[in-house]
Amino acid sequence: MLNQVLLGRYIQGDSFIHRLDSRTKLLATFFFIFIIFLANNWVTYALLFAFVFLAIYLSQIPVNFFVKGIKPLLWIIIFTVGLQMFFTTGGTTYFQWHFIQITSFGIVNACYIFMRFVLIIVMSTLLTLTTPPLSLADSIEAILKPLEKIKFPVHELALMLSIAFRFVPTLMDEAQKIMNAQRARGVEFGEGSLVQQIKAVIPILVPLFVSAFNRALDLSLAMEARGYQGGEGRTKFRVLKYGKHDVYVFVAMSCLTMALVYLRG
Amino acid sequence: MEISFKHVNFDYQAGTPFEQRALFDVDFTIPNHSYTAIIGHTGSGKSTILQHLNALLKPTEGEVWIGSEKIDDTTANKSLKPIRKKVGIVFQFPESQLFEETVIKDIAFGPQNFGVSEKDALEIARQTAAMVGLDENVLEKSPFDLSGGQMRRVAIAGVLAMQPEVLVLDEPTAGLDPQGRIDMMEMFYRLYREKGMSIILVTHNMDDVCDYAEHVIVVEKGRIAKTGSPKELFKDMNWMLDKQLGRSTANQFFSKLVEKGLKTDANPLTTEELTSFIIAKYQEANRC
Repeated sequence: MLNQVLLGRYIQGDSFIHRLDSRTKLLATFFFIFIIFLANNWVTYALLFAFVFLAIYLSQIPVNFFVKGIKPLLWIIIFTVGLQMFFTTGGTTYFQWHFIQITSFGIVNACYIFMRFVLIIVMSTLLTLTTPPLSLADSIEAILKPLEKIKFPVHELALMLSIAFRFVPTLMDEAQKIMNAQRARGVEFGEGSLVQQIKAVIPILVPLFVSAFNRALDLSLAMEARGYQGGEGRTKFRVLKYGKHDVYVFVAMSCLTMALVYLRG
Repeated sequence: MEISFKHVNFDYQAGTPFEQRALFDVDFTIPNHSYTAIIGHTGSGKSTILQHLNALLKPTEGEVWIGSEKIDDTTANKSLKPIRKKVGIVFQFPESQLFEETVIKDIAFGPQNFGVSEKDALEIARQTAAMVGLDENVLEKSPFDLSGGQMRRVAIAGVLAMQPEVLVLDEPTAGLDPQGRIDMMEMFYRLYREKGMSIILVTHNMDDVCDYAEHVIVVEKGRIAKTGSPKELFKDMNWMLDKQLGRSTANQFFSKLVEKGLKTDANPLTTEELTSFIIAKYQEANRC
């Protein structure tokens, strides 16, 4: 159940995309999601898809990983697309029943929404599949650095992020372990009435919280024992460095944006 | 209750890109009322086998028979509850499963899930707590106020309170102090001897294997490498060392004696066997 989640998984590799600086990847992904909203006709969407496929090809990760990434979100997509399809007015009306109607505008809009979803999911999956969570946290720290001027606790935020990223799999394992132990003691998950199902969560949540507290205590002690005193005056082990690949991405992104602006209707 | 695996294969995350086979054609039988040890080095698939023993995992291919119940990949989750009552599992570091407000409520949680009334469950809990050596005065405390060793006892009592026919133990003594370890292992042995429970012990401790188990299953890379009694297995010492399994302390000492020039066919595995062997040798030497 828990291991179906693809988001946040990293796949080791040595492709063009893997070698990019994580700051570039993070910014490029955000930028890409932003410019998706520039697209408003078939040509522009085709261009975006071509770009995404090029990125997937460069990452050397099999396409079915991305299909699996879309699957858990399928119902949300279908729901939104359905709403667009049945409640948009305008253009030729093909079918009408009270206020539900299928129109040509509706179909086109639904297609656009669907493509937007797919593009956003695929691009963010690509980011997490090719970037180790820790370097993602590093890059967030680097990007937020300027905010230190306005007394924003960038280092603390980055530290919390990297600890959180680091402990997601550990806590997932822990949750799975506790779940198994409680199932062995006769707890049924996902069965019975809503009240029963909520009650069945308590035997997982309480131990999970307790173990998180204990872990936090141990971790903070271990950090202090190793001389951690906050962000001031710390040096870095993993130094982020821009290379010429990152320039290619910058150029590609600019070209894509200009093409989109030119081609949009 | 007999447990048997018939050509069991198991894949983790079957049907995803992360699919990974953990068990390959696993086939063995654990007889009724027996003390079985499952050994093998880390990542060999012991824990995966363990989770099949009460249907927390279902085989991808093949069948697991628990008593008269057959479990394969089509078995519905609804029918598994009676099996879970018969096979109690104590997981590694079981103290992480405690959650209730008081110790006694936590122990009574298991039986109540299987339909025992609250009054009876509390009575069973009281008896089980005494059995694992918990003082009467800790029963009303919060489990989180106890020491590590006591928490372990509470967790084990929580499983024993379900009164299972088969008790599965995954490294039950890991992280306990020496006396606590001996107390625990002796208690499990008493349950096996006196209450007729089957015990399945997963461990890295060869002393425990030699002292208690009658039947050993060696797992390697998701396959059954060998089964047999400890005597049979430890006869081929080189094979065991090759599988990175080591030997019992008594046996290590004995091998030192052999190195020093002692000639014998015997191969004592436990401290008792070793002492009686040495006494016999000593008397023999004195007689001459």
